[in-house]
Amino acid sequence: MGRSLKKGPYIDFRLEKKVQALEETGKKTVVKTWSRRSMISPDFVGHTFAVHNGNKFIPVYVTENMVGHKLGEFAPTRNFRGHVAKKDKGKR
Amino acid sequence: MARIAGVDIPDKKRGEIALTYIFGIGRSASKSILSKAGVSYDKKVSDWTEEEAIAIRGVIAAEHKTEGVLRSEVQLNIKRLMDIGSYRGLRHRKGLPTRGQRTKNNSRTRKGKRKTVANKKKATK
Repeated sequence: MGRSLKKGPYIDFRLEKKVQALEETGKKTVVKTWSRRSMISPDFVGHTFAVHNGNKFIPVYVTENMVGHKLGEFAPTRNFRGHVAKKDKGKR
Repeated sequence: MARIAGVDIPDKKRGEIALTYIFGIGRSASKSILSKAGVSYDKKVSDWTEEEAIAIRGVIAAEHKTEGVLRSEVQLNIKRLMDIGSYRGLRHRKGLPTRGQRTKNNSRTRKGKRKTVANKKKATK
């Protein structure tokens, strides 16, 4: 179920502040963040975020199409490399 | 034979049902179309008069996306997800379910027919 419109989109308070500071100075530095649950707002476009995936930070360059998604959607937490070849178990 | 919204030729059925043969029209859209066009839900397609068919075509053209247009829109939405590299896009690329369902078993609709990997030899006791 979606979030109530009354509340508006969820963006981590500190992350929002950091982006605003970047906007004011006009700088383009990478913003390190753990806040995967934050919605990408239109202000974020053109900035690069280092989004934590539980292990390391994945660089995410935000484009216009990504507005409305969450930062976490662009930093996969699982990395499936396929099944072990010799093992008999498993599908595929 | 009635041709509505391009190639579809629903026939012999009640209008309410026949219209659902068009991609993009389900039961509720079908009902709203028929009531807007002033045709009874129960009237068979073969009993529609020419004016009624025209009215129905008009309502569909004005208010509903159907067939090709709708299909391409859906494809574009999926393509967008894939292009921005979101998790849902990745799942579409791999042909796996996108909404967090389990994939240990089932989800055959997305994964297609079972691909068996070499069977384990039964140990003889």
